[in-house]
This record gives sequence, structure tokens and C-alpha cells, in this order.
Amino acid sequence: MAAGIRNQYEVVIGLEVHVQLLTRSKLFCGCSTRFGDPPNTNTCPVCLGLPGALPVLNRDAVTMVMKAALALNCVINPQSRFARKNYFYPDLPKGYQISQYDEPLAEDGWLEIEAGGSRKRIGITRVHLEEDAGKSLHEGFPDSDRASYIDLNRSGTPLMEIVTEPDLRSPEDAHEFLTRLKTIMLYLEVSDCNMEEGSLRCDANASVRRAGSAVLGTKTEVKNLNSFRFLQRALAYESERQIELLENGQEVVQETRLWDSREQKTYGMRSKEFAHDYRYFPEPDLLPLVITADWKEEARSQMPELPDARKQRFTRDYALADYDAAQLTSSKALAGYYEEVVKAGAEPKQAANWTLTELLHLLKESKREIAASPVPAASLAELLRLIAEDAISGKMGKEVLAEMFNSGKSAPNVMAEKGLKQMSDPEEITAAAREIIAANPKQTGQYRSGKAATLGWFVGQVMKTTRGQANPQVVQEILKKELSAVKE
Amino acid sequence: MTLTEDDVRYVAELAHLELTGGEVKLFKLQLGAILEYMQKLNELDTANIEPMAQVLGPGAPNPSIRADRNVPCFPQEIALANAPDPGPGLFRVPSVIERE
Repeated sequence: MAAGIRNQYEVVIGLEVHVQLLTRSKLFCGCSTRFGDPPNTNTCPVCLGLPGALPVLNRDAVTMVMKAALALNCVINPQSRFARKNYFYPDLPKGYQISQYDEPLAEDGWLEIEAGGSRKRIGITRVHLEEDAGKSLHEGFPDSDRASYIDLNRSGTPLMEIVTEPDLRSPEDAHEFLTRLKTIMLYLEVSDCNMEEGSLRCDANASVRRAGSAVLGTKTEVKNLNSFRFLQRALAYESERQIELLENGQEVVQETRLWDSREQKTYGMRSKEFAHDYRYFPEPDLLPLVITADWKEEARSQMPELPDARKQRFTRDYALADYDAAQLTSSKALAGYYEEVVKAGAEPKQAANWTLTELLHLLKESKREIAASPVPAASLAELLRLIAEDAISGKMGKEVLAEMFNSGKSAPNVMAEKGLKQMSDPEEITAAAREIIAANPKQTGQYRSGKAATLGWFVGQVMKTTRGQANPQVVQEILKKELSAVKE
Repeated sequence: MTLTEDDVRYVAELAHLELTGGEVKLFKLQLGAILEYMQKLNELDTANIEPMAQVLGPGAPNPSIRADRNVPCFPQEIALANAPDPGPGLFRVPSVIERE
């Protein structure tokens, strides 16, 4: 589609995000929430929906949702209520899901994102607590054409649902929002946000309207967005599809559409399939949830410094560039590592450069997370100190770090083993420089006749004879002096 | 409010029930009678009364709540004991057919 046509339209997106909470036990029973256990080994009468079983609320799940809601600047309701959402599906053994409806745990918040160089507030409509359903397996069995299989391990696992206002204006906005949301959840340690294991799931509502129009267009709900890439691609596809419909004088039909990652397109589910009347009503088996001031304070007191605040502190206290601070605070573990390096005495900017380029590169190559770094923060700080003191050059430092990374040894040990040390003594370097100059009258002549680039060649020669141990800056200065002192 | 046969069919569909024409007529009368009685309750002015969804008045906030602790679960064979047609460690159900 021509960009000109696309620019005549505005895309309006709202997200509905489900986050699986990192509790040990399920929302209403003590069964384990562990992923990957043999099927149907983490169940009990409550999560199997056996008659007479009664739910008892997991207190920590509530605290986790409160932490997330506070981080999203929401109002925590002093009283909220669970409700039954009724529908029939084989992986929902009770015939209803315990969720929240008209009285959610928290509502009316916001999260700031960066959009096109400026910051923008995305409204959070509500944050509520609900239970997950079991898992349906429709494929891979000899009789999959006529049977489905159900694993109820996941049944009753606590989920937090976060609904945004239709404030996102592009697939990139949506991607940015979800990235920030995920980072916050990881900082709060309320979810591992593992999309492959389904602990972060996202549906989107998307519509388009003529630029400048205040009226929302007809929206579609896009499901099955189980990766950040799919989210962005599906929304790009869906908004273009809607614009094309309107351009051709057709109408957008309000419906649920599924993203097919193989076909790279969305397709409509037959509307009847999901035309549910959920007949919500207050859950009679649970009392209203009362959030006392003490409990809210308890949740607040467990909150760490959040990514945005930490980023601002990094730019302020460590004089880091915005980009570096954003990179470092993109994960709590990375930010923590960096601060340890600084606390161990490293210069903040140098520490940022080495952490972001050298260390992250080594980690990426060996497919390791920062938490599993073989070089502890204190060891990196020690190496940086040696570089700052000119005991070794930055170039040698990189080699030393790689060796520290592979062997787990400290910087001084690696340097001793490799016989590495920076040669900064002017006398030694001068001696080396004089030898090279004496042995190469041709290059010396070139330099003296004004070919300044020859200096680089001389520096290389000195570095070579000193096995890379000379301090290159000192070498350059001495060479300049010695070369101009040569008698014709 | 009078219940129509369409209302009965809609409720039956939500409940996945297939009713005969005679049953639709019968349930229209029976459900209608129940709703009529509810209408009578509606005559009471409850404008200033909080809706009550729970008969247990909480003596303290959240009297029934638990810490996040694991308890032993059913072994798989017990979990599946009531399944009319279990598969390998799983509940087997007729495949989920899209309803027309």
C-alpha cells in the first residue's frame, strides 16, 4: 500500500495482556504451578472442579498484582470482587472461570512509553486477578482428528490481566509498550514473562480511522500474538487490511481474528464461535477482597526501584548517555551488575562501556545471561582499574577479559600467566623506537619529507617489537620526538 | 417482562441444551413463572441498599485467605480416575468442534 494512503489514516490500538504470576501455588489451591511437569500431576479437587471443593485465595498472588498495579500508577480498590465467567470448554472443568468483572483489584493507571522521540502516556484501564484454564492438546495424537486431550496442571494458575486504553497509535507503539511492561514485571519479579511457556500473552484491539477524526472506527480483536515480533507484524497486517477495506468502500466487521505466523496474515474466526454471553455474576464461594492500607503498604515496600527511575538516576549520578543508561537498565540483573562494578571503584563511564560492549558481547557469544557471568563485577572492576592505571592497554584489556571469561581467573592472574603488562616506561620505549628508526631509513625519509601517515607504520613496528605491551599513546609521542630529532 | 420462546432457545444454546418444540413451550411457562416472582421482589425499593452477593458477613478483612504454600497433589491416576475415557496421562474428550 502506498504510504500516502496509509498516512491518511490513524491506527488505534489497545492491548489486553495476561501475565502469569510467579507464585509457587495456584490461585485458589495449594497445587504447584511448575511448568513442564508430567500432565495432570498438579491437580486437586479445587482445580479439577470436583463437586463441593471450595476455593481459598492465595494471598501472595494479590500482593503481586498490587505491586504491578502500583508500578502502573493504578488506583488500588479497597474492595474488589471475584466473578464467575461462564462458558463451556473442555479445559475449563468447572464450566466457569473465576475472574474479576465490575469491581477489579485496580484501575485507572498509566505507563509512559517513548514514541517517535517523545514520551507518551498510555492509559491502563484495569488490572485484575483471575485463574487460568487447563491446556488443550489438539494435535499429535493418532486420533487427533476426532479427539482432543486435556492437561489440567495449568488449571487455576494465577493470571494478572492488564487492559490498556486505546492509546497506542502504531504497531511500534504496541511493541514498545509491551517491552516496557515486560521489563517492569521482571523488575518486580512477579512473572518470568516467558512468552514461549505462555507466561506472557497478548491480545490486541485494533481499528483505523481517517486522520483527524475523533470517532473510533470498528475494531477487530487479534489473538494468538505469542511473540513480540508477531504482535508488531500482526498489527501492521491488520491495520493495512482495514485501511484497504475502507479504501475500497467496504466495512470493517467487528470480529475476533487469529494471527497465522506461517501465512503472515490474520484470518477471522467464525463470529459464532466466540459469540459468548458469559453471564458474569459475583462468585458466591469467595468473599469480597478487602485491601487494607497495611497490605497496600506491604506491597509498596516490596517494590524495587523501577527501570525508568533507575535510568534517570544513572544519567544523573553516573553522567551516562541516555542510550547507555537505557541499555543498562533494560534488565534488573544487568543494572545491578553495572552498579556493583561502579561500587567496586570503576569509573562509571568506563564501566558502562566495558559492560555494554565487551562483557555483553562475550555473554552473547556464549549464550549466557548476565546473572551467569563467569566474570564477577568485582573482577571486572579490578581489570578496569589496571587499565585506568596504565598497567595494561585497553586493547590488551579486551584479551585479558576474554581469558578471564573463559577461565574464571582474575585479571592479575591472567596477566601474569600471559606475561602481559603495559610498557609505559619512556626509556624502554625510546630505545625500541630508536632501533626501528635506525633500521628503516627509507620510511624515516618519507616521514621527514611530510608523509605524516608513515607515523602509523612506525607505531605498528614498535608495538610489534614490544609484543603489544607498549602504551600506544606514549609510543606515538616518543616516535614524533625521535623522528624529528634524526639527523639528515 | 414476558419471556419469549426465543429467550428460552437462547438460554438453552448457552447451556448447550437441545430442546424440542414442546420443551421450549413448557420451559417458557416455567421460567416465566420464576421471573414473574422475581418481578414481585423488584417491587421493593432497594435504591439505598448495597447489593449483597455473599451471605457471609466478613468479621474481619479477608477471613479466608492462605499463604503461597504447596500441598501434595493427586497422583495422576487419581486425577484421571473419574475420566470416562482417559488417554495417556490425559483426559480425552471429543475433539472441540466448531459449532454452526
